[in-house]
Amino acid sequence: MARENDTILETQDLVVAFGGLTALMNINLCVAKGTIKAVIGPNGAGKTTLFNIITGHLAPTEGQVRFNGQIISGCKPHQIAALGISRTFQTVELFPNMSVLENIMVGRHMRIGTSFWRSGLSLPGMRRQEKQVREEAMALLEFVGLAHRSENMADSLPLGERKTLEIGRALATDPRLLCLDEPAAGLNETETEKAARLIQAIKAQGITVLLVEHDMKVIMNISDDITVLNYGGQIAEGPPAEIQNNPKVIEAYLGEDGGN
Amino acid sequence: MLRIRKAPIAAGAVLIVLFPWLAVLTPGLDNYTLVMAFAGIYCLITIGLSLLMGYAGQISLGHAAFYGIGAYVSGALTTQYGLNPWLCMLIGALVTALVAVAIGAPSLKLRGHYLAMATLAFGIIVNIIFREEMRWTGGPDGMVGIPGLALFGHSLDSITKYYYLVWAVVAVAFLFAINLIQSPVGRALRAIHTSEPAASAMGINIAHYKVMVFTFSAVLAALAGSLYAHFMNFIDPNSFSLFFSIKLIIMIALGGMHSIWGAMIGAILIAFLSFEWLHHFGEFEVVVYGAVLLLVIIFLPNGLAGLPKMVMERIRR
Repeated sequence: MARENDTILETQDLVVAFGGLTALMNINLCVAKGTIKAVIGPNGAGKTTLFNIITGHLAPTEGQVRFNGQIISGCKPHQIAALGISRTFQTVELFPNMSVLENIMVGRHMRIGTSFWRSGLSLPGMRRQEKQVREEAMALLEFVGLAHRSENMADSLPLGERKTLEIGRALATDPRLLCLDEPAAGLNETETEKAARLIQAIKAQGITVLLVEHDMKVIMNISDDITVLNYGGQIAEGPPAEIQNNPKVIEAYLGEDGGN
Repeated sequence: MLRIRKAPIAAGAVLIVLFPWLAVLTPGLDNYTLVMAFAGIYCLITIGLSLLMGYAGQISLGHAAFYGIGAYVSGALTTQYGLNPWLCMLIGALVTALVAVAIGAPSLKLRGHYLAMATLAFGIIVNIIFREEMRWTGGPDGMVGIPGLALFGHSLDSITKYYYLVWAVVAVAFLFAINLIQSPVGRALRAIHTSEPAASAMGINIAHYKVMVFTFSAVLAALAGSLYAHFMNFIDPNSFSLFFSIKLIIMIALGGMHSIWGAMIGAILIAFLSFEWLHHFGEFEVVVYGAVLLLVIIFLPNGLAGLPKMVMERIRR
């Protein structure tokens, strides 16, 4: 397990309750810097809720989230994004009425000057900045392999490319931690493989990846460490090989008889 | 990619500059310069509303109140304290900005149409104040004797001179708005409009931008109100009622709220409807506006600005 100074993100006794329903119970998650960490579990286990807590879209009922040692639970999503956590959404939340390139450019928002008055007066610095943002966005599109689509409208892309674009947009914020909510869901085998390669390339750039995914092949191939959730509780923790043989995990996925 | 073409802007500018001259030359149209001066005042408001509704996706039902605050601050301070009209215009804008932040900050933090409700109530309350605070506003009878504007000692005493002043202000507001929507701020606004969760995950401070745009649009309305007051030299509460707020919504719905152009075209058309073409309808004027709004919503969801695209798509099919 990661030592204290290697930890980029940790949750301490996290509890989330919606009225009488406890979505997450005493979650103690620990993500080591520079790794790919996967969170798996059957539907309704609380994975997306966990993501929403980490990125500030929900506030925890109890417990806290620390990012690089700093408590971030209770912060607004845009504040957490500014600290270096970015995300994608399970249901792909692009800006459909913008081009592919513009979607990426929105991702650069907090890394550039965005004064209301300077924008309205179109001061010379703003135009130069726009040009630079465009170039940075193009470079990112090259990296994720969507440069040929830059002028297409985002909603005209097939699902696989929409998901890739969403990852690119998240990368444009210069994150230290990237949270991917089911990056392979709905993709065919080739697309899934591409996505897995992209995630590894992101890791190679020194960005920590937190991953929610159902595709076990992807999980077992690329993740360094896995946390398993079931009914809002944390039932197992460890490297892929260990998780695969953990009886509790097998039970959660296949039922009590272990699939016999 | 969002790019604004320069040629239509230049053509529009030339038309606006030549308009008074053309109106005088054409028999029967000499009154149109006056109508266009009013249209310019409306444009100033709808440019702001287009940013607020079309880009930031927020509805205001209280812009008549901001328009009124501008007019009444100008009126009260000039007639009662003899202050310089330009200074009064500035004070009116500042007062409006403060009021807009006070209303916008709490209601824009919430998701949903809370701003519409808050501004609806606000508009009604402000109109009651205009009617009841006789000492400051002249009550239901209104306020007379508001001085006109002068520029460098040169009094803007003719309709044509005032027309050019109004449209010069509109031009500045128009260029500001055009720059804004092509900038990172405009991108952020469009992002907020389509997906708030994604926009906030990109580090966009949603509440900040909504309050900013709302305040900006309120200030433009206040400037329009001051221009109106110094032009008419007389104001009364009827010009700033809820009905005018709704008329503003009709203007941008008709023109197309996703386009600054559309908002201006809508303002001009409604100005001509109210001052020229609907005279003999009298009280039934309201019915015509209702019909216009209904037809636009059913047949032109993107307003007149969306018409060319709609026609093109029809032809292609």
